[in-house]
Amino acid sequence: MTDNRRVTDRFTSVDDVCRGLAEAGYLASDAIATTTFLADRLGKPLLVEGPAGVGKTELAKAVARATGARLIRLQCYEGVDEARALYEWNHAKQLLRITASKGAGDHGGEWDALRDNIFTEEFLLARPLLEAVRSPEPVVLLVDELDKADVEIEGLLLEILSDFQVTVPELGTIAATQRPFVVLTSNATRELSEALRRRCLFLHIDYPSPELEQQIVAQHVPGLSAAHAESVVRLVGRLRELRLRKSPSVAETVDWARTLLALGSAEMSEAVVRDNLGVLLKHQDDIVRATKALDL
Amino acid sequence: MSIAAQTLPTVGLEPRLVGLTNALRRHGVVAGTSDVIDAAAVITTLGMEDRERLREGLAAALTRRGGQRQVYDDLFDIWFPAALGSRSALDDDPDLPDDPAERRAIAARLRADLVEALAAGDQRALDELAARVVSELGRLGNDSTTGSWSSAQALDILQPQLAITAALARLQDAADGIPGGSGDGSGGSAGAGSGTGGPPSGQGFADRFTRDELRAAVAAFRRRVEVETRRRNAEARGPERISRYAVRPPVEQTPFLLAGATEVEELRRTIAPLAKKLASRMAARRRRAQRGEIDIRKTLRRSMSTGGVPMRPALKSRSPHRPDLVLLCDMSSSVAGFSRFTILLMQALAGQFRRVRIFGFVNICDELTEVVLHAPPGADLTPVFRDTARMTRWHRNSDYGSTLAHFVEHHLDAIGNRTSVLILGDARTNNTDPRADALEEIVARAKHVDWLNPEAPSQWGTGDSVAPLYARHVDMHECANAVQLRQFIDRLTL
Repeated sequence: MTDNRRVTDRFTSVDDVCRGLAEAGYLASDAIATTTFLADRLGKPLLVEGPAGVGKTELAKAVARATGARLIRLQCYEGVDEARALYEWNHAKQLLRITASKGAGDHGGEWDALRDNIFTEEFLLARPLLEAVRSPEPVVLLVDELDKADVEIEGLLLEILSDFQVTVPELGTIAATQRPFVVLTSNATRELSEALRRRCLFLHIDYPSPELEQQIVAQHVPGLSAAHAESVVRLVGRLRELRLRKSPSVAETVDWARTLLALGSAEMSEAVVRDNLGVLLKHQDDIVRATKALDL
Repeated sequence: MSIAAQTLPTVGLEPRLVGLTNALRRHGVVAGTSDVIDAAAVITTLGMEDRERLREGLAAALTRRGGQRQVYDDLFDIWFPAALGSRSALDDDPDLPDDPAERRAIAARLRADLVEALAAGDQRALDELAARVVSELGRLGNDSTTGSWSSAQALDILQPQLAITAALARLQDAADGIPGGSGDGSGGSAGAGSGTGGPPSGQGFADRFTRDELRAAVAAFRRRVEVETRRRNAEARGPERISRYAVRPPVEQTPFLLAGATEVEELRRTIAPLAKKLASRMAARRRRAQRGEIDIRKTLRRSMSTGGVPMRPALKSRSPHRPDLVLLCDMSSSVAGFSRFTILLMQALAGQFRRVRIFGFVNICDELTEVVLHAPPGADLTPVFRDTARMTRWHRNSDYGSTLAHFVEHHLDAIGNRTSVLILGDARTNNTDPRADALEEIVARAKHVDWLNPEAPSQWGTGDSVAPLYARHVDMHECANAVQLRQFIDRLTL
């Protein structure tokens, strides 16, 4: 598909991606870096799936920081529609304008002028998708939690993601001058349509490997010793193997590391774990099951 | 020349990619033509220097769901192998002696190496060891249709689980400071970082995990041996044949009746989004999304308070509509595996519908709604049902006729004109009266009735199955695995 838009490659190589993301504070695994590089080079949106809390949203933010682009975020929820996602006319302002001109005494043949007046840029409320299309500077578009939205929004997204142009009937077609870097995240609570999946590169972010997780802990909680960090990672790894309702994610690992640091305990003992299990596990039946499995 | 006729080293890059895609399609991973073109673009962009990065790149283009990754990895290892021939520096693979004592000696030697590699957590050594194990222990006496290497034989002789205790002892010695061990107590997980001197502090609690970590490392080693065996076989027999027979199908295609405890968890993750999709498909068609349309009538009514001048526009509101669902599930032992799936589906659906009522039956039906709604997800509910619900009367065999009649007599008020009914069962009624008239009554009252049958259509009507008779009144669908469940949901029409 030939594209006359200005295509600037944001990254030069996979290692460049790794380095850039690390400087932005996000430690990426090789898989994440490779797929991000490909999404940039091939100009395709990136569909990121995975359990909650592994860094899907953070990835988009880190890419924005690393490339110096603006982050535009569309948070999806059940019932989000075009008015919240694409654009909306500022009806109140338009009515006021009509009322004001009526008061000033214009009648009859001024209708054409009036119509042109109230359907202008001034009365257009641009929502995230339109903003991303219109932006003259490089931009990262994050569509967060797409699985919470309805099927209708996917149709809208398909149209935008394929051509990057939006048609507002009163204003005409607005095409993007540069191609945004699009990240779609999903928690897989709903099946996304095949057409959307086909258009994107798929990345499944799972819980990080123990080495990577230790590095993440070291970065976020620098005061903790390496041995402690290792025992933290091993404990969380064991908890993830139990089939809990909500396995602890990376954010919870970091919280646990901070807890240990705050408690100032010389070592992680049974008592410490038992008393503070609520930092890692957020459901009572999970805590009961973990206590039994770990012999606390 | 087809790929089967050529041996793998002579196959070029394009046919290799197309071969991988075809193999994926045969296993249910639908990668279309545009995906293959994207994959080719990936190869061009990434180059062929780093195999692991190429693996990730092609996965991004060809797979679409997390559950497909396992199948993709297996097939990638076949079509883009890590090496050619035997990986050792020696040219031939040694012959496997027939004498059991000699075999045990070889196995013991290899096991000692395994203990060392596990204790050090050295991934590269484990890779090389897997290749050596296959090369020395895996050759079959007679060639089978899937090649002359067998991972089952190699692992049987090696018995890697015996290495766990020795590795554990080695690690504990190291932690206590006795020389001769290596690394600290981190099992097979932490790779390069285990060279710190002296026993670490703060590991006392975490040491209880060492055994489990070693077990996981041994399981990973087994998988390595399997991958290596497939690679060797693919070289000899051609990748197509090995792709077809030696790769485990994704969990989506595992029949429910055969699902074991481990697959149940994967199934739960697959079924939950499908339940949500079912709910949205069954909902009455919502009005087109109101794009902030002005509701004229409401605006003008509001303008009354401002003297006829509309100051605050009122927008059309849209209320989501959730339908009712009644589930009728066969809980008899003839569909034991199916009933595990049924319970998962019950729990997944319970959260998606406005009002859901769940009935289980063997020869009479009883309401299970409260039990299902209050149980933790993934719990095994069969013993609970046995204790609390009365689903059998006078005998323990299935009787669909009497169930339907009992339902019509006692629970017909659960069905209204907005209710959808899902019946899950195999329609095997032990040669009793099928009572199709009761089913007709249910169909007349409900908005929609569907029947999910775990058996293949070729078996409907055989033996004591009255499925064809019921199929005349309701839509009966085969539903033996998650793929078919997904197809049923996709094809659902109101």
